[in-house]
Amino acid sequence: MPTAATPATRALLDVDGLRALLDALRAEGYTVVGPTVEDGAVLYRELERVDELPRGWTDEQEAGTYRLKRRDDDAYFGYAVGPHSWKQFLFPSRSLLWRARRDEDGGFTLEDGATESDARYAFLGVRSCELHAIAIQDKVFMDPAATDPTYASGRSGAFMVAVNCGEPGGTCFCVSMETGPKATFGYDLALTELLDGGRHAFLVEVGSEAGARVLDALPSQAASDGDVATADAVVASTAARMGRTMDTTDIRDLLMSNLEHPRWDDVAERCLSCTNCTLVCPTCFCSSIEDVTDLAGDEAERHRRWDSCFTADHSYLHGGSVRATTKARYRQWLTHKLATWIDQFDESGCVGCGRCLTWCPVGIDITEEVAAIRATSDEVGA
Amino acid sequence: MRERRRETHDTYTLALEPVDRSLRPAAPGQFHMLWSFGIGEVPISISGLPETDGAVLHTIRSVGTVTGALCDADAGAVVGVRGPYGTSWDLDDAAGHDVVIVAGGIGLAPLRTAVTQILAERDRFGRVALLVGARAPGEIVFTNELPRWRSAGIDVQVTVDSATPDWRGDVGVVTRLFPRVDVDGANARAFVCGPEIMIRFAAAGLEELGVAPGRIRIAMERNMKCAIGHCGHCLFGPMFVCKDGSVFPYDVMAPYLAVREL
Amino acid sequence: MTTHDIRELLQPFGLMRNLEPAQLDLVAGCGQNTHFDARTMIFRDGEPADTFYALRSGKVALEINVPQRGPLVIDTLGPGDVLGWSWLFPPYRWHFDARAVESTSAVALDGKCLRDKCSDDPVLGYRLMRSFTQVVIDRLQATRLPLLDVYGPG
Repeated sequence: MPTAATPATRALLDVDGLRALLDALRAEGYTVVGPTVEDGAVLYRELERVDELPRGWTDEQEAGTYRLKRRDDDAYFGYAVGPHSWKQFLFPSRSLLWRARRDEDGGFTLEDGATESDARYAFLGVRSCELHAIAIQDKVFMDPAATDPTYASGRSGAFMVAVNCGEPGGTCFCVSMETGPKATFGYDLALTELLDGGRHAFLVEVGSEAGARVLDALPSQAASDGDVATADAVVASTAARMGRTMDTTDIRDLLMSNLEHPRWDDVAERCLSCTNCTLVCPTCFCSSIEDVTDLAGDEAERHRRWDSCFTADHSYLHGGSVRATTKARYRQWLTHKLATWIDQFDESGCVGCGRCLTWCPVGIDITEEVAAIRATSDEVGA
Repeated sequence: MRERRRETHDTYTLALEPVDRSLRPAAPGQFHMLWSFGIGEVPISISGLPETDGAVLHTIRSVGTVTGALCDADAGAVVGVRGPYGTSWDLDDAAGHDVVIVAGGIGLAPLRTAVTQILAERDRFGRVALLVGARAPGEIVFTNELPRWRSAGIDVQVTVDSATPDWRGDVGVVTRLFPRVDVDGANARAFVCGPEIMIRFAAAGLEELGVAPGRIRIAMERNMKCAIGHCGHCLFGPMFVCKDGSVFPYDVMAPYLAVREL
Repeated sequence: MTTHDIRELLQPFGLMRNLEPAQLDLVAGCGQNTHFDARTMIFRDGEPADTFYALRSGKVALEINVPQRGPLVIDTLGPGDVLGWSWLFPPYRWHFDARAVESTSAVALDGKCLRDKCSDDPVLGYRLMRSFTQVVIDRLQATRLPLLDVYGPG
C-alpha cells in the first residue's frame, strides 16, 4: 500500500526502461493492467508487452464526442482517459457474494464467495484524477464500520504506477477539482513522459518502499534538475490547457439551496437516463443485489452488480419509485456527486476527469449545468 | 420461525429464534435484513426485542414477493437474518420527560419496541401518550396489546380514516387526536413512524403542541439492498437511511422532507 | 346558569379567542349548558340547524347513513371541538347525523340569536366569522388527508 510521499527519489527511464518496468512487474506475479487501444478507444486491459500501450495515439474529447487520432510523436501516454476506470478491477461489475444450500432439516448452509481477490494488480498509467477517485472509493468500501473484503484485499495488494498527464483532455477539469494533473499521493511510482530534444524518456518519482525496490532493479539513469524542470513544465502546460473549469465555491450550499431550480427541468429534457455517466464515472459506487436460485430451489446465490441511480426502480419503495421522474434522478446524481458527497465523505465525489461529459450521448456538461444554476441562483432563491 | 401470528388480513408478526449463532443485541428502532431462501431480502424493523425466550419479533406487511413469502411461511421455516442495522429511538434522552408516540399504520411495528421499553421502566418517564392512526378498524395491529398498554399507564388513543359500522372509536386523521393529549409540550419528546405524509403532518402538529423539532424522532423508509452504506439505494439527501437512520431527528430532516422526489 | 357562567364555560374555546369580554358576553347570551347521554342523537341529517355546540367533554360521532352499509362515522369530535356550522348559512339544515358516543356536555348556542347579534354588531360578526373559518379550514384539512389513503398497501 503506497504511503505518503517518502523523500523523493527520482530517476530517468528510457523506453527500454519502461519495457523493463512492465516485465519486472509481471515477473513478480502482478497482473499488469493498463491502457490499450481497442474498439476505437483507450481501454484498460491486461498488458503483456509494452507495445500494447497506445503509443502515438491521442484522444479528441468533447461533450458527447470521443475520437482517437494519431499523434506526430511516439508518446506512450499522450491522451487523457477513456471510458474505463480502475474501479472495474477493484469493484468488479459482477461478483458472487455467497452461495446457500438447503439442508435436510429445512435450514441452509452459507458458503462465502471469493473474499480474497485472486489477482494482484499492478495498475500502469494511473492519472492523478484516478488516484483521487480510488481514494474516494476507499472511503466507501473500506469504511472500518463496513469493509468490503474483496475490495480491501485487491486494493492493499495493488501496485500503482501513476502517470502525470502531458495532454489534457477536452473535457478535463482536474485543476478546478484540485485533483491533478500532477499525482501527489497514492502511487508506488509516478512517471512523467519527456519528449524533448529528440529523446524519449520518463522521469520516475518514487512514492513508496515497494516502488523504490522495483525501481532499483530497473536500468535507469540519474535525473538531473533540468529533467525535473522539464517534467514540471509538462505538467504546468497540461494544467494551463484544461478543457473545462468548474467554480466549486460553496458548491454544496449552492446546489442544496437550489433543488427546485428550473435548470433541473431543463437538463431533464435532454437526459436520456441512459446511465452512461454512472458507468464511466470512477467514483460512482451504486450496486444492486440479485438473489438467484436453481430450478429445484435447493441452491441459492447472491450476486452483486453495478447499478445506477438513473434506473427507474433504483429508489423503488412498495407502490412506486421515490424518484419517478428523470428530473429527480438527474438531480439526485449531480447533487450527490458534487454536494451531499461532501457531507458524507468530507470531499467532493467528482475528480474532474470529464468522462461523464464525453460519454453522455446528448453531451450534457456538468460544468455548464453548475454554472447555469450559479448564474441565476440569486434570482430564483432557495 | 417459531410462530407466526396474524395481526390483520395482510400483516403478520413472526417470532424468529436463532438456529445456530445467536443474534447480536439490538436497540429499539433498529432493523434486520430478512431473507427468504432464493427469493430475496427486505429490511424489516424489529417489533419485539428478544426477551427471556430469545425470539425476536418482526411484524411484516405483505406487499411484494419477499414480504409475501415471509408472511406465507409456516412455523419451522428457516429465514435468513442479518443485522441489526440502523439508529435507535434513543429512549435515554426521553427519560424524565413526557413522551408522545405517533404511529401510522404499520408504523406502530417499529414503535412497539419503544413502548415495551417504556413500560419496562415506566417510572423513568412522565406522561406517555400513544396515538395510533390506521386505515380502518381491521388494519390496526397489536389490538390485543393496546388495552394492556393502556392499563399499564400509557394514554392510548386510536383513530381510523374510515370506519366500519361496528367501530365505536374515533374517526379522523391522527393529528386530530393531538389537542387531546395531556403532555408538557415544551419538554416532551416524540417518536413518529408511518407514511411520510403522515410524518410531516404529525411533526407539524407536534410542533403546535410545543414539542421542539430536535426532540421529535422520525423513522424513514427507503429502498435498501446492502444496509451497510455500500449500495447507494437508500440515499435521502445527505443521509444513508440504513446507517445514518432509519431513526432521525426531525429538525435535521425537515428541509429534505419538504422537497419532492428527493 | 347565568350568562356569566356560560361565559366562563365558553372562554377556553379557541373559537372565542378573538372576542373581547363584552363580545363574549353577547355570545354567551345566546348559550346554555346542555348534556347528552351516551348513544343519544344530537341532531339528524335534514333537520333544521338552529343550534351549534361547543363540546366541553365526551365524544360525538358525525355519521352519514349509507344504504346497505348502515351509518358510517366520518368524523369524531371531542372536548374543545365545535359541532356544527350549518347554522351559518341558508338553508340552515344539517347535512349529517350527530350522535353522542359517550356522555357529552356542551354549551348549546342558538344560531338565530347569534346571527341576529352579528347583524347588529359587524365587529362581533367579523371576529366570529374569522374564528369559524379557522374551524372549517382545520376540518377541511383533516378531511383531505384521509382521502390520500396513506396507509394503503401502495
